[in-house]
Amino acid sequence: MNQYLEISHVGITFPTDNGPLTVLDGVDLKLAQGEFVSLIGHSGCGKSTVLNIVAGLLNATEGGVVLEGKEVDEPGPDRAVVFQHHSLMPWLSVYDNVRLAVDQVFKKNKTKQERHEWTLHNLELVHMTHALDRKPDEISGGMKQRVGIARALAMEPKVLLMDEPFGALDSLTRTHMQDSLMEIQANLNNTVIMITHDVDEAVLLSDRIVMMTNGPNARVGEILDIDLPRPRERLALAENPTYNHYRAEVVRFLHERHLQKEQRDSHDENNEGSLSSPETAEPDEQVKGAKPATSVRLAS
Amino acid sequence: MNQTATMTANPVAERIGQFAASFHPIKVLKNLLVPFIAMMVFLLLWSAGASQVQTSLGVFPGPAKVWEQSLSLWQEHQAERVKEAAFYERLQKRVDKAIAAGKPQEKIDRIKSRKYTGKETFIDQIFTSLITVATGFLVASLIAIPLGIIIGMNQTLYSAFNPIIQLLKPVSPLAWLPLVTMVVSAVYVSNDPMFSKSFLTSAITVTLCCLWPTILNTAVGVAGVDKDLINVSRVLRLGWLTKTVKIVLPSSIPMMFTGLRLSLGIGWMVLIAAEMLAQNPGLGKFVWDEFQNGSSNSLARIMVAVIAIGFIGFLLDRAMLTLQKIFSWDKNAILR
Repeated sequence: MNQYLEISHVGITFPTDNGPLTVLDGVDLKLAQGEFVSLIGHSGCGKSTVLNIVAGLLNATEGGVVLEGKEVDEPGPDRAVVFQHHSLMPWLSVYDNVRLAVDQVFKKNKTKQERHEWTLHNLELVHMTHALDRKPDEISGGMKQRVGIARALAMEPKVLLMDEPFGALDSLTRTHMQDSLMEIQANLNNTVIMITHDVDEAVLLSDRIVMMTNGPNARVGEILDIDLPRPRERLALAENPTYNHYRAEVVRFLHERHLQKEQRDSHDENNEGSLSSPETAEPDEQVKGAKPATSVRLAS
Repeated sequence: MNQTATMTANPVAERIGQFAASFHPIKVLKNLLVPFIAMMVFLLLWSAGASQVQTSLGVFPGPAKVWEQSLSLWQEHQAERVKEAAFYERLQKRVDKAIAAGKPQEKIDRIKSRKYTGKETFIDQIFTSLITVATGFLVASLIAIPLGIIIGMNQTLYSAFNPIIQLLKPVSPLAWLPLVTMVVSAVYVSNDPMFSKSFLTSAITVTLCCLWPTILNTAVGVAGVDKDLINVSRVLRLGWLTKTVKIVLPSSIPMMFTGLRLSLGIGWMVLIAAEMLAQNPGLGKFVWDEFQNGSSNSLARIMVAVIAIGFIGFLLDRAMLTLQKIFSWDKNAILR
């Protein structure tokens, strides 16, 4: 496997009022070009932190990230990020939001006309050309996320980083968006790291699923290779035993971790003065898909 | 993409629909009749209450007396204009005569240069006040917006400036005024002054009082830019200037306008007090002069000024609100 992106022994420690808190401890992951990898794990396990380190928005205290033989130490358009909350400029139209990125990234090597066409091309990819002049407030949540993806794609990134891109959407819109993303991925063959809470989403979209252990001191727990032929069809896969096996594997991993976490939490309570960072302090929200009944409905 | 179906296809049609809906009989009743009744009740209470108050200048004026005086102030204004027109007509005749008599150009110019020096009317004083407040407010905004942006972008500068701003913000205009008066008298020395000292004193006092809300609100707006948007600018590697112009400024515009509106409101209140003491020929001076004058009509004339001050303050606020609605991207914000 050629090593396109290497996350090498990454650790990060934040100072807190209760002393230093090690969120990540020795995260190792290698990605091939064109690979689609999902990061899954419980809330507060540091998935977003991994993504932010790859993006260069956070600096690792230990280890580092190497992309195409070069170490990553600052953010850049070669590692475009799709944020959970679209993060479009509310005062710019759909077109202008993408154009801002295009102008910035290609100001030297594309003419004005080419930049215009490139902007339209990327909005075409996400089927948003009918709403070029709309402001983000005037379009739905799914459409905003489409524009966010178009903006990221327009940067022609080496790696596309997606932080729960569909987490805030209703399930019907989410399935549409997943299909769109698979279609785009089939055409452009991007290298993608996506964080998700949704087991079905992870199995459906990924080449590999990286399951992270609970924080603090989170690391890569298990890696699951998803050996399903593409293009993948969600309806056909719902009945597919291999698909269901993969699903069960992920659910099992998350469930075990959940039990461990509960044990540890009750242990911590007895010992008072548990370490809590803003991230780990949030309530242990139910992982989507951990309840089979709801996720089967989702997949059909 | 069935999300589009929920959107109205034609925004213009939607606007017209809303406009038409606003004429619905029940809405008209609510929007016009209720405020009308409330105003009538207010006038009745005012009228009844005022007649109970005896002052050394007679009974406190009720609505009828105030209305009468406002008409009289308007007539005085008209009369003054007629007199002014007559003056310039006479002047023109003299100039014509001088030309016909073959007087030297120098002498003609001297005749021409004469200006009408009649008494300032109430209406003139309103305009003086408006010009003074606009000057003070503009100067304050030109200082406060850039300063607010710089302070908002830098936490250290914010910590440095914040205590100073908090200390100066609650200072009354009446405390500034003597200082400003003395400084203006000392510094602004000119044989042919462009502005009168009273104008400068009033305008500078307005500036000093309406700097603070704009500085603070702009700084808070600039500092509060969505973290995700800042991350987007980092991923795009936007330069400092591009980041400021394309992301920080637009995103802080709603807060900036909130500050400007507060400032203008304060400026207008401060102006009246400043004009009273600085003797700038505006509404404040009108009130002061009437108070000193002490005729039987004085109280009613002051009431006219009070209502005019309130009404103009309201219009200024509406004007700022309209500007805010035009420039702010946050169309969902409820502005009132």
